[in-house]
Amino acid sequence: MAPKTVSLTDVEFAWDKRQPPLLKIDAFGVDRGEHVFLRGPSGSGKSTLLGLIAGVLTPTSGDIQVLGQDLSGLSGGARDGFRADHMGVVFQLFNLVPYLSVAENVALPVQFSKRRKTQLDGSLADETHRLLSALGLEGRDLLSRQARNLSVGQQQRVAAARALIGRPELVICDEPTSALDSDSRDRFIDLLSAEIARHQASLIFVSHDAALASRFDRAIDLHDINTASAATLEPTF
Amino acid sequence: MGPILALAGKSLWSRKGSALLTVLAIALAVGLFLGVEKTRQGARAGFNATISGTDLIVGARTGQLNLLLYSVFRMGDATAEVSWPTYQWIGERDDVAWTVPLSLGDSHRGFRVLGTTKEYFDRYKYAGGRELALTEGALFDDLFDAVIGADVARDLEYELGAPLVLNHGLGRAGLQQHDDRPFRVVGVLERTGTPVDRTLHVSLEAITAIHVGWETGTRNPLSSTISEEMIRGFDLTPKTVTAVLVGLERRGSILSTKRAMDTHRGEAIMAIIPGVALSQLWDLTSAAERALIAVSLFVVGVGLISILTSILTSLNERRREMSVLRSIGAQPSHIFLLLVLESALLGALGALIGIAVVNIGLWVGGPVLTELYGLVLAGVSAGLLDIQVLAAVTGAAAVTGILPAWLALKRSLADGLSVKI
Repeated sequence: MAPKTVSLTDVEFAWDKRQPPLLKIDAFGVDRGEHVFLRGPSGSGKSTLLGLIAGVLTPTSGDIQVLGQDLSGLSGGARDGFRADHMGVVFQLFNLVPYLSVAENVALPVQFSKRRKTQLDGSLADETHRLLSALGLEGRDLLSRQARNLSVGQQQRVAAARALIGRPELVICDEPTSALDSDSRDRFIDLLSAEIARHQASLIFVSHDAALASRFDRAIDLHDINTASAATLEPTF
Repeated sequence: MGPILALAGKSLWSRKGSALLTVLAIALAVGLFLGVEKTRQGARAGFNATISGTDLIVGARTGQLNLLLYSVFRMGDATAEVSWPTYQWIGERDDVAWTVPLSLGDSHRGFRVLGTTKEYFDRYKYAGGRELALTEGALFDDLFDAVIGADVARDLEYELGAPLVLNHGLGRAGLQQHDDRPFRVVGVLERTGTPVDRTLHVSLEAITAIHVGWETGTRNPLSSTISEEMIRGFDLTPKTVTAVLVGLERRGSILSTKRAMDTHRGEAIMAIIPGVALSQLWDLTSAAERALIAVSLFVVGVGLISILTSILTSLNERRREMSVLRSIGAQPSHIFLLLVLESALLGALGALIGIAVVNIGLWVGGPVLTELYGLVLAGVSAGLLDIQVLAAVTGAAAVTGILPAWLALKRSLADGLSVKI
C-alpha cells in the first residue's frame, strides 16, 4: 500500500521546551489525493502544525512523515529541498514577492527545484499561462504585471498557481480565503480544488471558517486531534 | 546562486530610488579615493618619467626643488642665472662627460621657450632612457629656427615653415614681443608625455640674438635699427644660462662632483641629483597625500554605512517576502545570500560608476592639468588599480551585508511560514 501523503505519530511541539507543548498529536494523516479541511480558532496552533508538516519547524518529539519520508531524519537544508520538490504553500495574505512579475512569481518554485522543472506540462511559460487561466486569470499582459499591482483576489490565485506549478504532491493552504468576499472565496476554492484534483495531489486547507468544511473530503477540528492541555497562543515576533 | 543573484538584482531595481542614492554615495566615495590615488600616482609617474640619464642639474644657488622644477618641469622661475665662464668651468672638469646648457625665460602663446644646443636632443632622455625624436623636419640649424614639441604643434596648429614670434618673459600674453626677430618652425618632436611636448626649442645663440637691444630689460627704441644681418655678425655667445644638465664620466663620482659644484668659489651655484630632489618632493607631498587618502577612505566607510542603513531599514517590511521564499524551498542560507548579494551589488554598482567617472574625468581633465599647471599625469588609464578598487569595495560591501543578512536569517528561522505582520 502506498504511504500516506502526511502521517504524524506522537508529535509534540513547544516553542520553549521548558513550557508545556502547544501541540500534542497522537495520530494524524492525509491520504494520497485527499482534500482535508483543518479548522481551529486563531492561536490554536494551525499555522504551527503546517510549519511542522512543511518541515520549517521541527517537533520536540514524535515522527512526521511526508510521502514516506521521515522529515526529522533530514537536515535543515534537505528539508528545504524536500519542501521545494514536493510541496506548494498558499498563505492568507502577502503571498507574492512584490518586486517580481506575475510570471516570475509563479515560476519561483521551479528555480529552487529541478524535480518540479522536469514535471512541468510543456514549457514553463505555457504551464504558467495554463494554470493562471485555469484559476481565472486570463490575458498574457497580466503575466508581466508586478505582483504589488494586483488585487488581493488576483494575488491569491497567482499564489495558488505558484503552489501548483511542477505538480507537487502536497498543497498547504493557510487561511487563503479569509481576505476574500464569499463569492470570490467559493470560486477560489472550486478552481483550486479542481486543479489539485487534476494533479491528484493532496490538500491541507486551514481555516477558522467552519462553513467551508463541506467542500472538502474530510474536515477535522484541531482541538479533536491536539490533546495538549496548555494550547497557548503562538508567539508573535 | 543564479536565481538568488537575479532576485537580488530585481529587489534592488524595485527600490531603485533609495538604491540609486546609496549607489551614488558609494560612487562619490570611490571617485574621491580613486581620483586622489590616480592623480598622486600619475603625477609621480609623470615626474619620474620626465628625466633620466642626467646625473646632475646645476643652477644658481636656490632651493633644490625650485631648481628641479624650473629647469626640468618648466614650473616657476629661476631667481638667478649661471654665468657663461662658470658653465665653461663645469664642462671642462675631468669628471664631467658632457654638459647641456638651458636658457629659459621667454615664451610663445603660453608655451615656454628653451634655448639650448643640439646636444640637448641627444642627451635628454625620458621614461627610463628613451630619446627625443622628430616626427618631421630637422633640428635647428639657422639662427632663427625653432623645433617645437608635440603639444605646441597640435594646439597652435603649427606646421613646418610656420612663422612665430617669441614673447619677452612668461605668460600667455606677454607685454612685449620680440616681433622684430621672427622664427620659423623647422622641426616637430614626437610626443613624450613630458614638458618637452609643451616647449619650443631654439638655439642658445637665438636667445642672445633676440635680446640684442633688450639689455635694460625692455626694448631699446633704437634696437629696430639693428638689422638681422648685423645680428648674425655679432658674437652671440650668451653671458649667462639658466641651468646646466650634466653627465658624468663615472656615476661613482656623483657626490664628490656635486660637492665641488656646491662649494665653487667663483659663483654661488648648486648641483642637484634629479632622483634625490624628486624624493624630497614626494616627502613634502606625502603627508598631504596621506591625509587625502585617509579622508577618502573615511568617505568610502560612510558609503558602506549607507548600504547598511538602507538594507537594515528595509528588513522588517521584507519579513513576509522571506517567508514566501522559505515556503517555496529557499534555505536560510539563500536568505542570507540574497541580502549579502544585494549589498555587494550596491557596492559593485557604486564602484563601477565611481571608476567610470574618475577615468573619464582624468581623460578629459588630464590635458587641462597639463595646460594650466604643466602637470603631466602618466599611467592613469583604467587598469589594475581600478580592478582592485572594484574588488575591494564589492568585498567590503558584501561584508557589510553580513549583519542584515544574519538578522534576516535569524528572523526567517523564527518566523517560519507564519510571520505576523
